[in-house]
Amino acid sequence: MAIIATKETRLVVQGITGHEGTFHALRNRDYGTNVVAGVTPGRAGQDVEGILVYDSVADAVEHEGANTALVIVPPRFAAEAILEAAEAGVAQIICITEGIPAHDMLEVYHYIRPRGIHLLGPNCPGALSPGIANIGIIPAEIFKPGPIGLMSRSGTLTYQIGGELAAKGLGNSTIIGLGGDPVIGTSFIDALDLFQADDDTEYIVMVGEIGGNEEEKAAEVIAERITKPVVAYIAGFEAPPGKTMGHAGAIISGSAGTAAAKQEALEAKGVRVGTNPTEAAQIMADLVAKH
Amino acid sequence: MDLYEHQGKELFAKAGIPVAEGRIAYTVAEARAAAEEFGGTVVVKSQVLVGGRGKAGGVKVVKNADEAEAAAQAILGLDIKGHITRRLLIERGVAIAKEYYVSVTFDRSAKMPLLMLTTMGGMDVEDVAANHPDMLARLHVDPALGYRGFDGVQLMAAAGIPVDERKAVGAMLAQLYGVFQSEDAMLVEVNPLVFLEDGTLLAADAKVTIDDNALYRHPDVEAMRDLAAMDPQEQAAREAHLAYVKLDGDVGILGNGAGLVMSTVDVIAQAGGRPANFLDVGGGASAEKITTALEIVLSNDRVTSVLFNIFGGITRCDEVAKGLLSALEKTEIRAPIVVRLDGTNAEEGRALLAEAARPEITVEKTMLEAAATAVRLAKEAS
Repeated sequence: MAIIATKETRLVVQGITGHEGTFHALRNRDYGTNVVAGVTPGRAGQDVEGILVYDSVADAVEHEGANTALVIVPPRFAAEAILEAAEAGVAQIICITEGIPAHDMLEVYHYIRPRGIHLLGPNCPGALSPGIANIGIIPAEIFKPGPIGLMSRSGTLTYQIGGELAAKGLGNSTIIGLGGDPVIGTSFIDALDLFQADDDTEYIVMVGEIGGNEEEKAAEVIAERITKPVVAYIAGFEAPPGKTMGHAGAIISGSAGTAAAKQEALEAKGVRVGTNPTEAAQIMADLVAKH
Repeated sequence: MDLYEHQGKELFAKAGIPVAEGRIAYTVAEARAAAEEFGGTVVVKSQVLVGGRGKAGGVKVVKNADEAEAAAQAILGLDIKGHITRRLLIERGVAIAKEYYVSVTFDRSAKMPLLMLTTMGGMDVEDVAANHPDMLARLHVDPALGYRGFDGVQLMAAAGIPVDERKAVGAMLAQLYGVFQSEDAMLVEVNPLVFLEDGTLLAADAKVTIDDNALYRHPDVEAMRDLAAMDPQEQAAREAHLAYVKLDGDVGILGNGAGLVMSTVDVIAQAGGRPANFLDVGGGASAEKITTALEIVLSNDRVTSVLFNIFGGITRCDEVAKGLLSALEKTEIRAPIVVRLDGTNAEEGRALLAEAARPEITVEKTMLEAAATAVRLAKEAS
């Protein structure tokens, strides 16, 4: 059944008439994702290679039964785009946009969370269930179907590890990019619970990086309620404190958020942590071979 | 973006938060003039974006203009943890009765603003948290409600603020939260927050960090950026909209995607090398972008080899190879470049590089092999 990107997905793409929006909406459709509509205010009635454009997400929900929204709009409009999708009754929102102010995301987070709306991102590559559906910008060609759920705060690092797993003949149930911002909708814990409940997922790879303490919190949850084997990789051991390493969320504040602390927390709960992507993929491959 | 103390205090003053009267001085003469203007006791403070100024001799209380001049002489140019003092804040002296600590931080873990207050002012708050946790009062603010009076009552009671001071401290809390919210701050810290002998409350220091992603709506803050104090490579990268962080080694690193580049930095260190920088070229593969990125990496004199690490996704490796080859035509390459191409169309990309047979390029298939070669070349060059 996979998670997030599934056969049941009915996708509306917010920002579909933009350059990136058009490109990725069509790529997602070509992959087999059911893209039912696009939204660009003021462009209702137009179409993007057969995908109807609406003025609002509410219209796309009413006329096309959209149940998932993909947000590819500039950062200063993105928080509002997420809220619009939430208000329109979309249950699942995936936000690719990088550069949304953190205070805006606080507001969004506290609006959607109590309403049970599922947000992935922002500043993430989306979700791909190989062979089923692709929502976002993940290059699907690298991945193939298989039993490993892969979750990561970084896009290209996900591709790196996915590519290494594929080279060893291993595939994925779903690959989800959680996003590189300080406030994101889906945490490692949320994703762990989704993978734990997913029949297609037998193993889990988590790819973390410096900043925040979501990896530490995930370590607790893994020990408490995740029965599927988890292998981890953490990036940023050499990052200096106080410097943002590309992602807005990848920053060591004072002594908090270091890669070493995350590795230690995970290993303390019995999670094996690879020292580089190649080693993490190898650990996972060995695990699969033993089962 | 981190602000200097005097810039933070500008934001405070705008919000009605009392601060001592001060002047900025870039020279000894300007410092003397400010001291003469104020007359009597003044404080001469180094303006650098790092903590621990006092211990490093960057803050001096002086009694007259002659002493101010001598203090300015000593502090201008002072190196505080690698930050050179280029500007001073000269403040009118105040008579301090007691010192507290207050901050509003962006608590990522709880996804809420966090207020912290303690009567143990003037100390490192991490020390207070570690050694006197019961003295440090903490309170999360519901972002939907914002700061409310009852938040303040609860926090001040927990911190043990005397009842007769709570009106003043409560007003200060509300104002500081206002700055945190209206300026898109990730941190607003006042250490110390002081009561003067006449009973007035004053922010004696200001440590403010503004969210880079929100600077588009704060042009006044963006204009405060001290370009002269920026590392030349970091400044060039900023202009080119590339994420760059200088490190202190000799292996230059560029790649696509923040996570992959962070990982590349780690792998270089694991291979026994010393990374010179982090640079994320992002998506796309235009020759222009690659040229700019390479020029920035190589403009750091310490770089003796470069690792160019690409995992092709939507950007294909053959496009990257073409971009790299035309970048080599446009700029002078003074150090060997190890290229690792993997992912979409990697073989085509590697074939293009092999065909071009540029002497400055070594092609490796995997990230670990590429790291080992880049480290070896850097060692050979030194």
